[in-house]
Amino acid sequence: MNAAALIPTVDVSEDFRTRAHQALGDAQLRNNFRNAMDSLMSKRAASFSDAHEREHLRALGNAVRARALSKLPDLLEQLEANLTRNGVTVHWAETVEEANAIVLSIIRRREATQVIKGKSMVSEEMEMNHVLATQGIECLESDMGEFIVQLDHEKPSHIIMPAIHKNASQVASLFHEKLGVEYTKDVDQLIQIGRRVLREKFFEADIGVSGVNFAVAETGTLLLVENEGNGRMSTTVPPVHIAVTGIEKVVENLRDVVPLLSLLTRSALGQPITTYVNMISGPRKPDELDGPEEVHLVLLDNGRSQAFADSELRQTLNCIRCGACMNHCPVYTRIGGHAYGEVYPGPIGKIITPHMVGLAKVPDHPSASSLCGACGEVCPVKIPIPALLRRLREENVKAPDSPHPVMRGQGSKYSRQERFIWNAWAKLHSSPTLYRVFTFAATRLRALVPSNVGPWTQNHSAPKPAARSLHDLAREHLAKQGAR
Amino acid sequence: MSELFYNAVPNATRVAPPLAQPREYPHEKPQKVYLFGTCVVDLFYPEAGMDAIHLLEREGICVDYPQGQSCCGQPAYTSGYTDQARQVARAQLALFAGDYPVVVPSGSCAGMLREHYVDLFKDEPDTLKQVQALAARTYELAEFLLFVCKVQLNDSGTPVKVALHTSCSARREMNTHLHGRELLAQLRNVERVDHSHESECCGFGGTFSVRMPDISGAMVADKTRALQESGAHQVLSADCGCLMNINGALEKQQAALRGQHLASFLWQRTGGER
Repeated sequence: MNAAALIPTVDVSEDFRTRAHQALGDAQLRNNFRNAMDSLMSKRAASFSDAHEREHLRALGNAVRARALSKLPDLLEQLEANLTRNGVTVHWAETVEEANAIVLSIIRRREATQVIKGKSMVSEEMEMNHVLATQGIECLESDMGEFIVQLDHEKPSHIIMPAIHKNASQVASLFHEKLGVEYTKDVDQLIQIGRRVLREKFFEADIGVSGVNFAVAETGTLLLVENEGNGRMSTTVPPVHIAVTGIEKVVENLRDVVPLLSLLTRSALGQPITTYVNMISGPRKPDELDGPEEVHLVLLDNGRSQAFADSELRQTLNCIRCGACMNHCPVYTRIGGHAYGEVYPGPIGKIITPHMVGLAKVPDHPSASSLCGACGEVCPVKIPIPALLRRLREENVKAPDSPHPVMRGQGSKYSRQERFIWNAWAKLHSSPTLYRVFTFAATRLRALVPSNVGPWTQNHSAPKPAARSLHDLAREHLAKQGAR
Repeated sequence: MSELFYNAVPNATRVAPPLAQPREYPHEKPQKVYLFGTCVVDLFYPEAGMDAIHLLEREGICVDYPQGQSCCGQPAYTSGYTDQARQVARAQLALFAGDYPVVVPSGSCAGMLREHYVDLFKDEPDTLKQVQALAARTYELAEFLLFVCKVQLNDSGTPVKVALHTSCSARREMNTHLHGRELLAQLRNVERVDHSHESECCGFGGTFSVRMPDISGAMVADKTRALQESGAHQVLSADCGCLMNINGALEKQQAALRGQHLASFLWQRTGGER
């Protein structure tokens, strides 16, 4: 497999609305997502059968994350010191370009040509596969879902189940076409096929890359959860292990991991625990038989410090990447992950992406929600996602040159005309006289409502005001009551 | 299982705060309440507002409907126009100043008064006190009938199957999603049927329905299909935003099914006249 064959070629040239429109018209895609999300929702519900226990655990998870973030700079320094003491080299990257340069420099020093990667969303932020491929380095995904999307030149459509948009027969055709194997829809056989390809690669690879679920400051431990064993292989078989993660993943101590781990695996897949929980605390020691010779950790900012700086938006960084918000999102369920056009889809994507790429690049993200609250209801660390979406809407309609901007791309949806309309709306609804004139006119002239009222009549009949308003009816009725 | 974690983390800051207590209700029925009618009811479903008044009056409660009221400010608030929402909210505050309950025939507008006014006025200490007091005496209609009036409904209608759509605000913000069910359970000839994906949003979301008509349309198409497949003769909801969305879509699809406000249904089923 040559490196160029591994470059994702997803078309994100259209805007969000166009992509969403296309996704909504794809019956197969809609069906795949609906079925998958229904199954994930019921698995999560079954694993939290005791609502009281669940709510206590969520409150605890929230408290643990809030405490970690409240001392983030200190914890990061402590993490660096303890990792260094354990023999791990710690690198800091403010941007994805810096992070890629760090990874490339390690690869060059080792004269490496093959990289095997466990699942890592931060490496997706960095577009590591693409960057390495352009340098002639093969970077192969070893998580089965990631392997599937990579084979099809796609990007993940879900943060923990990257190929959830495909069903078994789509994967069968893909393997048949790309790997030259006999067509089979049998899921076990498909997994064995992927496994055979990957098995060799683990031993050939010069470098293993992984993400991190929790970086423990007190002990200098990198915690990684997974179900396939590919994470353990990627981090122990190749001579060099590079872990990449965001600066918010740090927690204070190992005890803090206990509730977070339980919340993560139960919220994500309804599992009491994952098949593998890797705790990596350094390279191979002289008396040890296996493990990598070198371990590196790249800590990436990529806009996280912008969210950190605002006490409300900081809650975005509570996220432990379980994906429950997307599993429960009625919008995500209908348009799928690719329509968002960015690394993180769904509700968490809508609140974190603006910090990474600027609001101006994703102007429709905050509006693409009915604020139904399903995401906030299931979030294991209680991120108030609907409230944060509303806050981003506020930032989005501010004048772009407003003082004290809290985020890049502020005011990307600013419109003088729209602001004028809302000012008029506010005037109308705060002046009883104006409001009375308005409702009088609307009820008396109700026959004049046109049959085509912009986007509303795309899905609905035209709204028709009642013949008399409640104000009118109530006044008359209560006057009669008073007269009695 | 969570006790395990607490034992492992004895440090006080690591123990989860106690869960919020369920709402406490006054033991006595008040003599007088305000009705906050909401703008959608005012213009599109005034009969639902009147039926709410009738239901309250039948419980021996005198209803005050301040004529200066308009809207809770929610459309501007959820669109990110916070100043404009605050301006409208402030105008309502003065109208509902008396110390008696405010009853709202809509979960989302009640949620705005109870949950979000506090956010709107967080930087104005004096107004904030007023707003907190208002929040404490704001009730969604079904909640008020059930727990404050302890209403006993006597069904006089013929057998009917109904589906109940609960708004997302009623469900997740006001925690009143079971109240409509309890009221319907009092009506002996009414059978409530479940519909598929009942807890899922109908796709309204205020301005969302016009900003993202494709996605909103897909959501309401699924919701109306589920409602029609449920076998219900009628749809009920305690939120007129959802009703406008669901009824508008059903009418466009030329379906026979329609939605009605819960207050109107309860009033008609229990021998109420208009």
